[in-house]
Amino acid sequence: MAGIEFIDVCKSFDKHMVIENLSLKIKDGKFTVLVGPSGCGKTTLLRMIAGIGPATSGQIIMDNKDITDVDPGKRDVAMVFQNYAIYPTMTVRENIEFGLKNNKVPKEERDRLINEVMEAVNMKEYLDRKPGTLSGGQRQRIALARAMVKKPKVFLMDEPLSNLDAKLRVQMRVELIEIHEKLKTTFVYVTHDQVEAMSMADVIVLMDKGRIQQEGSPEEIYHDPNNVFIAQFIGSPPMNILNTPKEDKLGFRPEKGIMSNTAMDLAFKRRGKVSTREMLGSETIYKVVMGEYSVMIKSQNDHFSIGDDVVVNAAAEDLYIFDANGARIRGKEGSALKRLLATAEELSDV
Amino acid sequence: MFKVKNIIPNDRTRKTWRGYLGAYLMILPAIIFLGVFVIYPMIHIVELSLYKGNGTNPYKQFVGLSNYRTIFFVKTDFLEALKNTAVYTVSIVVILMFMSLMFALWMFKDRKINKFAQTAFFTPHLVAAVSCAFIFSWLFSSDTYGLFNTILKIFGVAPVNWLGDTRTAMFCIIFMNTWKSIGYYALILMSALKAIPPEIYEAARLDNASSRKTFWKITLPMLSPQLFFMLITITIGSFKVFDSVRLMTGGGPGTSTQVISLYIYNYAFQRGNSLGIGAAAGVVLMLILIVVTMIDFRGFERRVHYQ
Repeated sequence: MAGIEFIDVCKSFDKHMVIENLSLKIKDGKFTVLVGPSGCGKTTLLRMIAGIGPATSGQIIMDNKDITDVDPGKRDVAMVFQNYAIYPTMTVRENIEFGLKNNKVPKEERDRLINEVMEAVNMKEYLDRKPGTLSGGQRQRIALARAMVKKPKVFLMDEPLSNLDAKLRVQMRVELIEIHEKLKTTFVYVTHDQVEAMSMADVIVLMDKGRIQQEGSPEEIYHDPNNVFIAQFIGSPPMNILNTPKEDKLGFRPEKGIMSNTAMDLAFKRRGKVSTREMLGSETIYKVVMGEYSVMIKSQNDHFSIGDDVVVNAAAEDLYIFDANGARIRGKEGSALKRLLATAEELSDV
Repeated sequence: MFKVKNIIPNDRTRKTWRGYLGAYLMILPAIIFLGVFVIYPMIHIVELSLYKGNGTNPYKQFVGLSNYRTIFFVKTDFLEALKNTAVYTVSIVVILMFMSLMFALWMFKDRKINKFAQTAFFTPHLVAAVSCAFIFSWLFSSDTYGLFNTILKIFGVAPVNWLGDTRTAMFCIIFMNTWKSIGYYALILMSALKAIPPEIYEAARLDNASSRKTFWKITLPMLSPQLFFMLITITIGSFKVFDSVRLMTGGGPGTSTQVISLYIYNYAFQRGNSLGIGAAAGVVLMLILIVVTMIDFRGFERRVHYQ
């Protein structure tokens, strides 16, 4: 087990700066998810920990040791790649054994470890098969077993589930959480999928354009976003953001918007017309057009239909205020603005 | 129910029959081509090898297996040619495979100089064999205008009669043919190297694999289909080597570069009444190639990793 710390790292490809002076602490034993849109630098960070894409400048500390210039094979980390990177010419056993052999683990110990991980991933009967004969999900398990067998201090995962079908992805998500629970090792997991981040992480590190936007538990990130980007990146459908006459922005989550036939006694209320309706079973997602704005509302009520005239309401505590640049305005200033904006004529017409 | 049972098999048979006819029609041109230019000559050459004759009258006299007895037990020049061909083939296979692998490993990274090097190494493959033979005849010329001897002269070394010395003549032919083919085979290996996903090498680094181990356990097995292809084609190609030998040394000096195809050519077309001997040698060459290729397949195919 080990914590990881980035100190002032930079990374540039050719002349293009991808990461500039980034510092980050990844906590020991936690499941940390680096999430962000493609090109945000999350995989670059992961590769720095692995040592296969060294930082242009700065330091990386693991377990209180500077590993900036340590060979990938000597770092005590294991990585699961997006395309699994299984050695295609080796059997499953040889794939898993390769790292152990290179680290001069004796034969009996190797056999014991291989047995153990193959049982853990439920793939024992496939030991002598070639990867070419396995399905995507099975290859994924082999890649996982290959990482686990080394008993590393840190597991690195680069979008490991993105090549699986939706059902298998959900199943593997649960299995990964269980593996983490069992091993209690540091996991660093990269994904662009906010659902994966929310469902698996102890700590989410949300990145955009090479910068860390926010760091915190899924609850913190969801309920207390630092800016409009985070508010809209996390959550599906994304947070509704309305421009206000004062260039500030007002937002609320789709599930916090309440649809009614007549206005309710809440801070925000505005008339609109239902334009689309997606019935998902337990909930229904409506798109409500209100003048030049449209908002998404996630509701337990499925009795509104397209074309209905409704009022969208939201309570003051569910409103978020952002400044013109998209940064969150919190505290007293925020509350004052909430009252002002929610009742502003341009926004509230009830 | 009854009707259905009856109709379906009938229907299916007719469809299958029609399907087969269509399929055979599609491959008919290829079958005709193979029959006329491969299968028929193969049978014909076996037939020819049982007769004594010449170009105008191939079937002058039936002699049975006498031609085979002649090449193996009466004369020694066939065995000499066989030995020379074996030396040439083994040398070319080993040198060409090793060197093209080295070149491929050296040149496969995307650099400007490598682009130039790739073109430079591939160009000889585009030059006609005859032209190459003439160029190298000049380079290896024993006279003072030969390039290699001119260079040796600068360093005060006595000129070497490259193509006229039994000790160097075969080397010269191997050298020329290596030079001619290396770019082509290096290109095949290079494209295979580029197709190996970089993540596999990254995974190997994380698995603490030394670069030597990475090469033997990952790179080489990943190249095995291409290497196997090279082994087969180079072996067959060098067993049939003709033009370069014919033009550079004509089989000499003595019989030092006499190879099987040259032997066949000489007996079949250059001498009187010995077409049957040439044909017998041709049959033996064919059998050797079949056996060698089978050995290649038996011995190496299990080690080839197809994706």
